[in-house]
Amino acid sequence: MKLPRPNALFLVLVVIIVSGLIGGLGLRGTIERLGGSFNDARYISVVWIVLPVIGLLERHGLRERASAIISRMKGATSGRLLIAYLAFRQITAALGLISIAGQAQTVRPIVAPMAEAACGHDDEQTREKMRAMAAATDNIGVFFGEDIFLAIASILLIRAFLAEYGIDLEPFQLSIWAIPTAIVAFVLHSARLLMMDRALRATRRAA
Amino acid sequence: MIGLGFLYLLAGLMFAAFALFSAADSANPRRLGSALLWGLMAASFLLGDQLGNFGNGLLVIALAIVGGLGLAGQGAPPSTTDEQRETMAARYGNRLFWPALLIPAFALAGTLVGKQLVIAGVPLLEAKQVTLVSLGIGVLVALAVAMKWFRTAPLVPLQEGRRIMDQVGWAAILPQLLAALGAIFAAVGLGEVVGAAFQQLVPDAGRMTAVAAYCLGMALFTILLGNAFAAFPVMTAAVGIPLVIKAQGGDPAVVAAIGMLSGFCGTLMTPMAANFNIVPAALLQLSDRLGVIKAQIPTAIPLLVINILLMYWLAFR
Repeated sequence: MKLPRPNALFLVLVVIIVSGLIGGLGLRGTIERLGGSFNDARYISVVWIVLPVIGLLERHGLRERASAIISRMKGATSGRLLIAYLAFRQITAALGLISIAGQAQTVRPIVAPMAEAACGHDDEQTREKMRAMAAATDNIGVFFGEDIFLAIASILLIRAFLAEYGIDLEPFQLSIWAIPTAIVAFVLHSARLLMMDRALRATRRAA
Repeated sequence: MIGLGFLYLLAGLMFAAFALFSAADSANPRRLGSALLWGLMAASFLLGDQLGNFGNGLLVIALAIVGGLGLAGQGAPPSTTDEQRETMAARYGNRLFWPALLIPAFALAGTLVGKQLVIAGVPLLEAKQVTLVSLGIGVLVALAVAMKWFRTAPLVPLQEGRRIMDQVGWAAILPQLLAALGAIFAAVGLGEVVGAAFQQLVPDAGRMTAVAAYCLGMALFTILLGNAFAAFPVMTAAVGIPLVIKAQGGDPAVVAAIGMLSGFCGTLMTPMAANFNIVPAALLQLSDRLGVIKAQIPTAIPLLVINILLMYWLAFR
């Protein structure tokens, strides 16, 4: 049997125990703090309950259907598709609709297969790049849309924190200043996606 | 009242099923490791509130050892072949999207009207977790609809769920463990120490330096901690308020809003933000675990630079 190779999960455990010990929590105190905060953070892992229904739909051809729709569309490219998804994700996030899409619910079963189908290449390396870009586009859309929404956690956190320093702001004053960055993020990422399309076209012609 | 407890029960039962199926899966070279990994997750969800902090701590250590030393493998639950899927995709058509869209539809509806649902004076959904709880209900409804439509045997969805879960593997637990790491950092006051050290490094050289130091500090500190929310109080107390707002007279609303967004640029570049960057790489079966981060960096860095300029222009009108 090969020696086990520690991965990031093990590394984080080591960092937790070392920081607790150096920070003076003691071994028992560190373990208790670790257990308590892990238990309180279970809501993070609860989202995996979407997997049985996503898996069931994949079993009946959801991913194949998503890619067939795109293949049939004239003029659909990976870049244009992802720009549309970026806009959808930013706008809905700005309305507070964060969890209507996501990596497990929409990127894996729908958006990534569509981006792959539209790229016009069969090699695994290019297809992996399309999947990675689909995931990246989802993140960028949410991050730079959500702060426009008034009641999002980060806006509430900023407000509560500044209030401690005697700076009282309305959520509206904060969320309005998230708009310039949101626009720049859209333009910048869309430009990258269009350049990606151009590179895909060039390699297709060369092949 | 339906709250987190209900979701934890669902998740616990699902992970328990994953554990049992894994134990029986002879195609998995490390089936007992997989059974242990998912079994411990089931225990955390079902018994977490009874185990106490120390008991939970030992459970997490066991989880991190089983997952962290690669003792769990990947099973091969029975599923359909690619050819069968192509055929079924053509047969079922776009209706395949409906169950998938039911989940967000319920999350949305629950968020909008969930708080008004009151039965005999008791709110139906736990107010603080209304979106997550509605999402859970949406999952159950979507599952019921899909199972009836496909005439699925009861255990099939659990096996299909395990197929994806095994592909994600140990990375599935990383975000929750990183949340615990953040709590430990907070408990030992790491943020204050690093914040104070960073403040010493910033030269007193005018407006642009202060703005750049704050935005870069937010991004770097987020890369380190994996979470802009953790970086924000530290960097804003160390640099944002004293140097940008007080000394230079920056508008607090602009400074704080763009400061947080500079932190988000950091989130795009760090493996510490595992649920955004590492879990998707596993979900999408990328051979490079950092593939998603590499796709994000060319957007994140120019955006960070532009954030600095935006703060410089907009905060001192």
